[in-house]
Amino acid sequence: MTVQDSRRAPGELARDLPASDDPAAAERATLAAPLDLTDLSRRRNAPGRRAGLRRARWLLRGLLPVGLVIAWQWSTSSGLVPPTTLASPKSVLEAARDLIADGELQTALRVSAGRALTGLVIGAGIGVAAGLVAGLWKLGEELVDSTLQMLRTVPFIALIPLFVVWFGIGDTPKIVLIAVACVFPVYLNTFAGVRGVDRRLIEVGQVFGLSRTRMITRLVLPNALPSVLVGIRYAMGISLLALVAAEQINASSGLGALVMNASNQIRTDIVIVGVVVYALLGLLVDLVVRLLERLLLPWRPTIVKS
Amino acid sequence: MTTPPPAQPAVIMRDVVKAFAARRILDDFALTIARGEFVALLGRSGSGKTTLLRILAELDTVDEGTVLAPRNRSVVFQEPRLIPSERVWRNVLLGLSRRESTLARAQEALAEVNLADHARAWPHTLSGGEAQRVALARALVHRPDLLLLDEPFAALDALTRLRTQALVHELWHRHRPAVLLVTHDVDEALRLADRVVVLTDGKVGLDLRVDLPRPREGAGSRFDDLRTQLLAELGVARPSSPA
Ligand SMILES: Nc1ncnc2c1ncn2[C@@H]1O[C@H](COP(=O)(O)OP(=O)(O)O)[C@@H](O)[C@H]1O
Ligand SMILES: [Mg+2]
Repeated sequence: MTVQDSRRAPGELARDLPASDDPAAAERATLAAPLDLTDLSRRRNAPGRRAGLRRARWLLRGLLPVGLVIAWQWSTSSGLVPPTTLASPKSVLEAARDLIADGELQTALRVSAGRALTGLVIGAGIGVAAGLVAGLWKLGEELVDSTLQMLRTVPFIALIPLFVVWFGIGDTPKIVLIAVACVFPVYLNTFAGVRGVDRRLIEVGQVFGLSRTRMITRLVLPNALPSVLVGIRYAMGISLLALVAAEQINASSGLGALVMNASNQIRTDIVIVGVVVYALLGLLVDLVVRLLERLLLPWRPTIVKS
Repeated sequence: MTTPPPAQPAVIMRDVVKAFAARRILDDFALTIARGEFVALLGRSGSGKTTLLRILAELDTVDEGTVLAPRNRSVVFQEPRLIPSERVWRNVLLGLSRRESTLARAQEALAEVNLADHARAWPHTLSGGEAQRVALARALVHRPDLLLLDEPFAALDALTRLRTQALVHELWHRHRPAVLLVTHDVDEALRLADRVVVLTDGKVGLDLRVDLPRPREGAGSRFDDLRTQLLAELGVARPSSPA
C-alpha cells in the first residue's frame, strides 16, 4: 500500500468501526491505524557514486567514436574499402605529418583563418553598428531594420556567382561573402539585446537623473552585451561555413585549395586532413567565444558558478 | 519657551486626477507632507498606491491637478533593481556626478546600511535583504529631501523585514527626509510613521496622526485602537478582542 492509498483509509476504517457517532473517537481510530511509510533515505547520494557515474559516462560516450575508428582502420587495411574511396587512419596521420613537415598545412591554415577572421570582423562590426543604430533610435529602426530583414532571406551561398563577377577570384569575394553571412546573426542579436533592456532598470535611471548617454553606457549596452556575444558566437560558426563554401568554388591558396586539389587527385587522406582541420577551427572558435564571455561578463551568475 | 514654526511642506498634491482607461485611480486626490515627516500610505491591493508614488517619482504623469515635490527625490522600489553588470559600490553611486563618485562615498553609504564589506560584490551574490539595503544606500547617498518607498520590505522574510524596518527608521531619524512609505502592513505603518494615510476610492479615506512615543513596540491600547480604525477603513473586519 502506498501512502496515497492510505489516505483513503480514514473513511473506510470509520465505516468498519462499531457504530459510533462520536467524531472524536473516529478521529482517534483513524490516527491509530498504521500508515505505510516509504523509506526515502534508502537512495543515498554517495559521494563516490556520482564521480564513478561521470567516469562511466565518458567511457560510454567514447565507445562509439573509438569503435568507428577501429572499424575504419580494419576496413581500409583489410582492403575491403580501397584507399581511393577512403584512406586509412594511418595514412591520414602520415599525410598530416607530411603536410606539416613541409609547412603546406600551416600556410593554408594561415591564409584560410585570415580570410575567415577578416570577414568576421567586418561582418560583426557592421552587424553591431546596425543593431545599435536600429535599437537605440526609432529613426534608425525605420531605416535599417526592414531592409536587413528583407536581405536576410537571401541564402548567402547564392551570392557567390555574383561576387565572383564583381570581385574576381582573389581573396575579396571570399571575405565579402563571409562578412555578409556574419552581419545578420550579429545584427539580430544586438538589436534584440538593446531592445530587451529591463524597463524597470530604465526607470531607476530616470529616478536618479541619468543622462541619455549614461543610460546607454551604463544600462543598455552592458545589458545587450551577452546577446551580442551570442550573435558573434553564431557568426563565428557561420564564417567557417561561408569560408568552406567560398573556398570550394575557386581558390588558389588556403585550406580549400589544398582539399580541392587533393580531391582532384583522389587523395582522400589529404581531404580528410582538411576536414579535420576545419573541425578543429570550429572547436577553436568555440573556445575563443567562451573565453570572451568569461572575460566580458563577470557579473553573470551562470558564468561565475561554472 | 516659544513653539517652533510649523514645518514647511515637502509635498503638495491638490485635485489630482489619474485615470487608466477611463477608470479613475486617483479622483480629486489631495495630500500634503511636511518636511521631515514620515507618512505611511495604506490601501487595498490595486487602490493606486504605486501609481501615486510613481507620480511623485515623475515616472507617471497626472491627468489633472497640481503636484509639487522637491527636486531631490529618491525611490526604493519593491524589488532592489540593482544594475547587474556593476559592482555594489558602483550601483550605490548611480546618478552622482563624476566628482562625487568616489569609493569612499559609496563605502560610507554602505556602512550606514551595514554592508561595508560588500562594496566589491556583484549584485547577484547578495541575499534579498542585502540587495534591498543596497537600494536603500543608493537612495540615501543623494541626501534626498523626499524618500519614496514602495513596499520595500514586502519581499523580505519576517526577521529581515523587522531589521530593515528598524534600519529605515534609524536612517530617517538621522537624515530627516520626508518619507512616503507605501505598504499594505498596518503594523509596519503604525511602527514607523508619524501619520498614516489610507487611500480609498481615489481619495484619502482616513488620515491618522500616530501620537505614540518612539521606539514603538507594536502593542498597547492606543496602538490597538489605531490599528482597529485602520483595518476598518481597509475593510477588514476584526473580531472584537475579548475584554
Ligand atoms: N500602466 C497601467 N496601465 C493600465 N492600468 C494600470 C497601469 N498601472 C496601474 N494600473 C491599474 O491601476 C490600478 C492601481 O494600480 P497600483 O497603483 O499598482 O495599485 P497598488 O499599488 O495600490 O496595488 C490597478 O487596477 C492597476 O491595474
Ligand atoms: Mg503597488
